[in-house]
Amino acid sequence: MSSTERTATSAGLPVGPKPRPRRFHQASWDEPVIFELSVPGARGVLPPLAEPDVTALVGDPAAALPAGIGRAEPPALPELSQLHVVRHFDRLSQETLGVDLNIDVGQGTCTMKYSPKVNDQLVRTPRVADTHPLQDPSTVQGTLEIMWRLEQMLAEISGMDRVSLQPASGSSAIWTNVAMIRAWHEARGDGERRDQVITTIFSHPSNAAAAKVAGYTIVTLYPDADGYPDLDALRAAVSDRTAALLITNPEDTGIFNPRIEEFVRVVHEAGGLCSYDQANANGILGITRAREAGFDLCHFNLHKTFSTPHGCGGPGAGAVGVSADLAPFLPRPTVERGEHGLYLDDDRPLSIGKVRPWHGVTPNIVRAYAWIMNLGVDGLRQVAETAVLNNNYLLRKVLAIRGASAPYAAGRRRIEQVRYSWEQLTQDTGIHSEDIGYRAADFGTHYWTSHHPYVVPEPMTLEPTESYSQQDLDEYVGILAEIAREAYEDPETVLTAPHRSTVHRTDPESLDDPAQWAVTWRAYRRKHLDKP
Amino acid sequence: MHHDRRETHPYIPNSVPEVRAAMLHAVDAASVEDFYADIPDSLRLRRPLNIPAPIKAESDLVRHVEDLLARNTSTREALSFLGAGCYQHHVPAVCDEINGRTEFLTAYAGEPYEDHGRFQALFEYESLMGELLRRDVVNVPVYDGFQAGGTAIRMAARITGRRRALMAASVSRDKRSKIVDYVRPDVDVMLVPFDRATGTLDMTALSSALGPDVACVFIENPTYLGTIEVGGPEIVRLAHAAGALAVVSVDPSTLGVLAPPASWGADIDCGDIQPLGIHQHFGGGHAGFIASDDDPAVLMEYPSRLFGIAPTVVPGEYGFGDIAYERTSFALREEGKEWVGTAAALWGITAAVYLALMGPQGMRELGQTMMARTRYAMTRLATIPGVRIPFAATPHAKEFVLDVAATGRSVSSVAAALRERGIFLGADLSRERPELSQAALVAVTEVITQDDIDRFVAELAEVLA
Repeated sequence: MSSTERTATSAGLPVGPKPRPRRFHQASWDEPVIFELSVPGARGVLPPLAEPDVTALVGDPAAALPAGIGRAEPPALPELSQLHVVRHFDRLSQETLGVDLNIDVGQGTCTMKYSPKVNDQLVRTPRVADTHPLQDPSTVQGTLEIMWRLEQMLAEISGMDRVSLQPASGSSAIWTNVAMIRAWHEARGDGERRDQVITTIFSHPSNAAAAKVAGYTIVTLYPDADGYPDLDALRAAVSDRTAALLITNPEDTGIFNPRIEEFVRVVHEAGGLCSYDQANANGILGITRAREAGFDLCHFNLHKTFSTPHGCGGPGAGAVGVSADLAPFLPRPTVERGEHGLYLDDDRPLSIGKVRPWHGVTPNIVRAYAWIMNLGVDGLRQVAETAVLNNNYLLRKVLAIRGASAPYAAGRRRIEQVRYSWEQLTQDTGIHSEDIGYRAADFGTHYWTSHHPYVVPEPMTLEPTESYSQQDLDEYVGILAEIAREAYEDPETVLTAPHRSTVHRTDPESLDDPAQWAVTWRAYRRKHLDKP
Repeated sequence: MHHDRRETHPYIPNSVPEVRAAMLHAVDAASVEDFYADIPDSLRLRRPLNIPAPIKAESDLVRHVEDLLARNTSTREALSFLGAGCYQHHVPAVCDEINGRTEFLTAYAGEPYEDHGRFQALFEYESLMGELLRRDVVNVPVYDGFQAGGTAIRMAARITGRRRALMAASVSRDKRSKIVDYVRPDVDVMLVPFDRATGTLDMTALSSALGPDVACVFIENPTYLGTIEVGGPEIVRLAHAAGALAVVSVDPSTLGVLAPPASWGADIDCGDIQPLGIHQHFGGGHAGFIASDDDPAVLMEYPSRLFGIAPTVVPGEYGFGDIAYERTSFALREEGKEWVGTAAALWGITAAVYLALMGPQGMRELGQTMMARTRYAMTRLATIPGVRIPFAATPHAKEFVLDVAATGRSVSSVAAALRERGIFLGADLSRERPELSQAALVAVTEVITQDDIDRFVAELAEVLA
């Protein structure tokens, strides 16, 4: 009998206490796909029409387009009045959990922290939202000043000499660093020979994938018995073919690699560069930096460490930091301070060029600036220390749950996250980590396993950041403990979850079958509704 | 009890000293230093970071940031004709309302159960774009139109097994820069000139450049120069005759009046959705789309997430999930197709809201209005002595080239004079396109009224007089 079920003694005051875990139910509107809501002739918003004088002078140029170039039939978009568009998307938003609604510690590696509302408000002003990137610099000195100052602050936080805010995201920043590494070796006439990039299995997959796109073959290091990237494997891997090492520290296990200087030295001695993926920087702000470990390049995700909202998967924002040697290769333009204020320098002959249009994801640049300015040096230190305290507190509590473990570095502390394993629970009950995730949705929380491949068996990755309170962490652990109890005592409940989510368990078979899959409503109608 | 404000911070609940102490005690730690024991002393930063003093009170922070931003002039204050890939369209209030919803704004990578709404909204984005483009497959957005272009070319190279791409030379310097550097280990990009009389692709040059090693022809419609690529169907025919694919980068805001590239037989579409309900954001509002027919050989080359509809155990209930996930770098690291990661999903949801609001009639009217006002502006401006509209005989959608060389003035000096009068002239092309002489690229979206154009014409005439 679950503690969440109604009992016979529920009537009367006092009401409570509240049972734990809470009796959550996700919004479930059974909402149609928007095309099913269409009413022919309905309008959601009216664009302006050309004025009579305009039409008198030029007629209707759209109607005069050559056959085949002009569109004969309007696009078959749905037709809805405005309220119905609002209602539909509000319902879908209710069927989505964000940081603001749940204890979002279950998306490890992603640093799901609170994004301050005041920063969202600041970037909605027309002086951010309605400015064009080709405006004369004299008319955008405010934005350029914020970019300049944020670059300076990130340079200090990383210890690197120069920063660019152009990359669109973390993976885009990884690409930017790989492109600079490639250009640097090419400029030295060493581009063809240096055709290998080394990374580790606990670094984000985009390190390997972006380097592959840049033309490199990938060497992946696996952890040694203690969970550290294998130094002997690195020594064996480096050669005059090594272009770079792309590495995270702490890795997604939350274990800090104390031999990182040695890693950097080994690669430098072989003539390679070292690039530091700082996606996991949240626990080490002001504690240790890329510079001291000898890195040539690094990157931050502003949507992780520096609080900008994740937007259902972007827009994020990336920042790359480089040593003075690499600075000429940064994407163009750079923000520079001149006699007449700040300007954009597009005349950089060694630059890798553009990695995205214009100058970066400006609203997130402004948000990150405001966030750092609100915290200052002591606040950033508190962010790091609290993220690490929260993580070690969570670690202690999770390890008390039957069937859970934290592989590697037994008895040691972790930095900001932990990759746990439910291997014991799976062996005992047959329930997998994914099943636990489906059940977690019933308690109003998010849960994630790990990137592929699963090096840690039956993985779960938790990163509690600085945003969650002790009560939040206790509640999350309580949910995991309840699901683990169910796995041992009532496995059917877990295996048939979710029960209180928006929808029930999806049959994934069609998603991999070309005859059935449907990426659009058009394809769905064609394959499944209009069939004879 | 009053705590020292240096110790407790509103964004950090466990910064309350008593809580912190209790939690340290709970894990048998004397201090947070215990947690950093693995970091060697040589790597520890033993001084405070040198960053500005914090501005702790929210009211002071607002004042500080707003004071900085007061140095900007927005395109709501000036009359702006800037475009060149980033456009000032009207953003319906509902777009900002929905993308400001806390659930959409702060969610991330949830699974279909706790984030069903995110999956459905992005499936609807794919579906609405699919109607605009007449395509069965549209991706969850990538970073921007540049990235979409680079990936579309890489997809074409993988599909055909060939390594040369022909690109219209009218494509912007910045977009070429990104694409060429992105594809160069696997694809050599060759430029095909545009016809100097029409501003559209030079067909003779295209025919002679095509060959059995060409993976794709990459064109834009409208072109960067604002012209409508009226030879589109013929370009597709020539590409196919050489066994190459046709990749078309298209501005979705024009598709209420322009035939989608699919209707001329193009193979892969790409482009940027910033015009669909997303503010300019100083260039920070971009997101890219890629689209094609539902051919498994093409679909399996997408690097992006593709959200699809699927049954659940309950009849009539829509579920959603990832289609063919095993092609991605999330599944296969470097063995996946390029890479996938955080990109621009919220702008995809915003574009979905935009297209749902506009509907078929709204998109048609938007296109009609832009085309009419653009032609009106071209016609009126051409009456100013010394002002030339180089490709005036070609249809234009929302942007055109204006050349002031015959006035003896530089574009930059004209732009500076107009700026004094509260007008932002279009992008200065004189450095990027010296062959077009003293040219500016002038954008006329639906927010530019006849009065705005009349004022622009009058002020420009005065400046040049």
